[in-house]
Amino acid sequence: MNVISNKWIGQRTIRPDGADKVTGRAAYSADTTLPGLIWGKVLRSPHAHARIKSIDTSKAEALPGVKAVVTAKDLVDFPLDKSVMLGIQDMRWMCRNVMAREKALFHGHPVAAVAATSEEIAAEACRLIVVDYEVLPHVIDIDDAMQPGAPILHDFIQFEGKPSNIAGKLEHKLGDVEAGFAGADVIIERSFSTEPVHQGYIEPHACLVSVSGDGKAVIFSSSQGQFMVRAMTSLLTGIPQSDIRAIPAEIGGGFGGKTIIYLEPVATLLAKKSGRPVKMTMSREEVFRASGPTSGSKSTVKIGATRDGKIVAGQGTFYLQAGALPGSPIRGAAGCAFAPYDIPNVHSLGFDVVSNRSKVAAYRAPGAPIGAYAVECVLDELAEALKIDPLELRLKNAAKQGTKAAHGPVFPRIGFVETLEAARAHDHYKAPLGKLQGRGVASGFWFNAGGESSAQVNITEDGNVAVTTGHPDIGGSRASIANITAELLGIDYNRVSVQIGDTASIGYSNLTGGSRVLFASAMVVTQSTEKVITTLRERAAKIWKIDPEAVTWEDGEARPAGDNAGKFPGLSLADLAARASETGGPIGAGVQLNTTGAEGGFATHICDVEVDAELGIVRVLRYTSFQDVGRAIHPSYVEGQMQGGAAQGIGWALSEEYIYDRNGKVDNAGFLDYRMPVCSDLPMLDTVMIEIPNPKHPQGVRGVGEVPLVPPLAAVANAVANALGKRFYALPMSPPRVLAGLDGA
Amino acid sequence: MAKQHISTTINGEPMEFLCEPHQSMLDVLRGPLGLTGSKEGCGSGDCGACSVTLDGRLVCACLMLAMEAEGASITTIEGMATGEALHPLQQKFLEMAALQCGICTPGVLMAARSLLERNPDPSETEVRFWLAGNLCRCTGYDKIVRAVLETAADMRENAA
Amino acid sequence: MTDIRYLAPKTLDEAVGAFAAAQGAARILAGGTDLLVQMRAGVIRPGLIVDIKKISEMTSIEETAGGGFRIGAAVSGAALGEHPRFGRVWPGVLEAVNLIGSTQVQGRASPGGNLCNGSPAGDSVPAMIAAGAVVTVQGPAGRREMPVEAVPAGPGRTNLKPGEIVVSFTLPPRPAGSSDAYLRMIPRTEMDIAVVGVGVSLTMAGGKVTAARVGLGAVAPTVLLVGDAARALIGSTLNEASVEAAAAACRAACKPIDDKRGTIVYRTKVAGVLLKRTVAIAADRAKGG
Repeated sequence: MNVISNKWIGQRTIRPDGADKVTGRAAYSADTTLPGLIWGKVLRSPHAHARIKSIDTSKAEALPGVKAVVTAKDLVDFPLDKSVMLGIQDMRWMCRNVMAREKALFHGHPVAAVAATSEEIAAEACRLIVVDYEVLPHVIDIDDAMQPGAPILHDFIQFEGKPSNIAGKLEHKLGDVEAGFAGADVIIERSFSTEPVHQGYIEPHACLVSVSGDGKAVIFSSSQGQFMVRAMTSLLTGIPQSDIRAIPAEIGGGFGGKTIIYLEPVATLLAKKSGRPVKMTMSREEVFRASGPTSGSKSTVKIGATRDGKIVAGQGTFYLQAGALPGSPIRGAAGCAFAPYDIPNVHSLGFDVVSNRSKVAAYRAPGAPIGAYAVECVLDELAEALKIDPLELRLKNAAKQGTKAAHGPVFPRIGFVETLEAARAHDHYKAPLGKLQGRGVASGFWFNAGGESSAQVNITEDGNVAVTTGHPDIGGSRASIANITAELLGIDYNRVSVQIGDTASIGYSNLTGGSRVLFASAMVVTQSTEKVITTLRERAAKIWKIDPEAVTWEDGEARPAGDNAGKFPGLSLADLAARASETGGPIGAGVQLNTTGAEGGFATHICDVEVDAELGIVRVLRYTSFQDVGRAIHPSYVEGQMQGGAAQGIGWALSEEYIYDRNGKVDNAGFLDYRMPVCSDLPMLDTVMIEIPNPKHPQGVRGVGEVPLVPPLAAVANAVANALGKRFYALPMSPPRVLAGLDGA
Repeated sequence: MAKQHISTTINGEPMEFLCEPHQSMLDVLRGPLGLTGSKEGCGSGDCGACSVTLDGRLVCACLMLAMEAEGASITTIEGMATGEALHPLQQKFLEMAALQCGICTPGVLMAARSLLERNPDPSETEVRFWLAGNLCRCTGYDKIVRAVLETAADMRENAA
Repeated sequence: MTDIRYLAPKTLDEAVGAFAAAQGAARILAGGTDLLVQMRAGVIRPGLIVDIKKISEMTSIEETAGGGFRIGAAVSGAALGEHPRFGRVWPGVLEAVNLIGSTQVQGRASPGGNLCNGSPAGDSVPAMIAAGAVVTVQGPAGRREMPVEAVPAGPGRTNLKPGEIVVSFTLPPRPAGSSDAYLRMIPRTEMDIAVVGVGVSLTMAGGKVTAARVGLGAVAPTVLLVGDAARALIGSTLNEASVEAAAAACRAACKPIDDKRGTIVYRTKVAGVLLKRTVAIAADRAKGG
């Protein structure tokens, strides 16, 4: 590990892509065009559940201006009896999500797609496609889906030997919970529910695809991984990966929702059939109806403690909506729920339940907020029953280095205790509260991820630096990469350019997700830069005709290591770049790794609310997040992650939900009635970064992007309970619910 | 009705275009005029990502017919910087990291500029309500509001 | 594909002529903040769009001889807010008009559009009803006037005759000791449609209410003029009993539905709460004025 002078690491530098983004020049997925492009549109199911008996596209194909029509027949089929995994996605489900096959499984499920010379003609052609549906009874809610006699979505799914909508189960066990509860003085058991919430990225899904005469495809789209786009499109279209070039557009928000694709394979097939570039964009309504929200849930959590506040047993059962196809984030819910605590006996169970809703997609710490909501609310009640301060109770039981978590690992050095201590010491925790105001605290954990990343660091001919990585920059990661590169090379930040390569120009890099981008790309960039420095020293040694070992790299130049090495004026990057050809050729290095050592992240949040008890309105008055951020390479963007997560969590707790009508159709598919927090809904979102460097990372980086969404649900719920002396067990705590609850009290 | 010919002024320059009567100003800006800095997040006036000014007034380009541009003056994000010189709001947004993904940023900047033109000394509450029609999902608005308030303070100082 | 024509006439006669000739296939474009959303959603496909913003009578604000106001139906919320005197005389109407949508929507949306959209939840309508506004309409048969509460016929429908266009709102002169207020319940602080909206206009003399009108929105198929609530207030000192009686009258007037924005129980209860709060603000203003 290099000695870090901290000239650039930790600085609030101006992001390399910033000027383009404040002037409107940055190209997002819908911003690009190609000569001769035509427009693709998707025909979607008007039924929540229906067997597709036949599809007649002849009238659509006959409409002047229509250039291609695609149905499930045109996509590669993945038979139901054989799982084909791509990362965490099962292609059996992905292929059926992209285009309905045997059945339409939710209202808005794609059934066919058309490409035509104008959007209007494409839309008209969709209306001309005749689909013969056999409408089936549908089921929307979890409880209904698990009732005996519920409509079964998939005949092939069995649970306990019978056809079922329970598609999967996950269990974590540590110790003996029965024995644990037997030794408890106080036991609290409560049940909770949450509604599905959408990631809410402002940029709708969009792509532009062209397929040349020799079958080579170029895909321009915004996603959380150009390599994922390439791989999934390849699997679903049968075009080999080597014939697909996926170019990452700037991405207008993802939050997990763009770790899978909807349009790209369809546009590719339309482009291939028509011989024309095809552009597809989803409307906001389509985004809400057919792209993944995260799961709604039902859960029950039971926690037992001794009188002195030591937790002896924890049990949790989490039922998560998967949507129409299996794959809800039960791992996050069941795995993260108890992880912040050192509990000897834990039993955590997750169930994956399908129903006729759009298939869920990842959303920032998938599943973890659902688990934490239940556990952290029960802890609050436990603290009350034990007459212990809620932060004190958490401190007494906090996981530390050496704690064995129920989901498997033994924690290395982590900073959870520090977040709790910082919260307890903060003036927010002591500030006075008025009438109908309340304060809540909650903590949270997220796994974080490592995985595959690639980087290339090149010295330009004029002695500057061009870095290429393979992860879409969703929130400022280019700035952090530039900070690290400038630091390692000892040069000015502005001499480093950072770009995101397409799939043909950089090695495989896994998703922008799992809070892994900076963790993993810092590793490959660091190793690449170290290789470049070795080369630079060799080149200087060659010029000076001394041993490379006798050359050091300091302050952006090669210097003789000491007087014994000889007396030479330093050679700068520019000097060495100018003489690169004569000393051995271009200077640059690339590194590709499957990174490991991304340790978990922890946070504690404090939330103050005020309740209008006559109208049932809850407003957040003050909010402070405390997080172990490892090392803040670019503090502004770390704070930004903490603030953004808090805001999303406040929305989840108070106002966001999917509302379905009787026909199984989303009734609030727009920003007007899907209520994400607006600017006037929120206070400033204060942040306290606690830097406990990750010992397994060269710069100490720990993932920071997802943890911030784990505590807020419970922090807000606990604050409302504190304000009213009455607790709500269902989210969102919307005005009608709060008022009904108060009137019932 | 065939395509209609419209003469207008965009970012201070005379501009002509052809459009169909049902097309929104946003369609025309992003399509034939190639001004893709105004973004479409919803098409229903709920997100503010397509904020532009029409004769000095802040509007959503998605809620305006292109036909209405006849004889009008429109400013988009592309007209905010003067040559290479960024507007103080643009510069402050960069310095204070008031953007993450950046998709809402053009609309937020247009709205913020419109506010500061009318009210050079807004309170935090005034900033928050003025910007309530600009959805941002990344930042929680904190750094946006701070950047607008700081820019306002800088501009007042420079004007004094 | 149906062709759409667009007209931006400079006179009302021209506008009415074209609008009437289109026989129901036409739509009036004022701010367009509802029209464009409905067109995009495919809810309506007009054959003709008549943009009325080039007609000066429809975009101007005039003070009438006695101290009242005549507001063109297409005046934007932002323009009304910039008028030097209107907001001092009719603060409740102004705050209602200024609650229609975001800053961006305010740059376009008009009270005429808000009324003719026919939504029971339109924010400006309860305040206009409380204000006793009179609407001037012009159609093929000429001009007529109608009280604002007579315009809505049901969700998305009005009592305007074929070819008629709302031209302006006339608000009466204010006696001393008068003021008004508008409050709505929305889940967020902005960007929502009213779950309940209450407009109250009061005239006070010697601590007593001498005149009152109450408009109630989003709780029935049309925005309501709640006469019983006004009667409960008139003659009172706004003591608890009379305000509670007015609140009860509002609750009794509610014929709401359960929908994605609120429940019957919730809307009914909130109507009473908001009535009390709105009365308090209007009374405060009336005393201060």
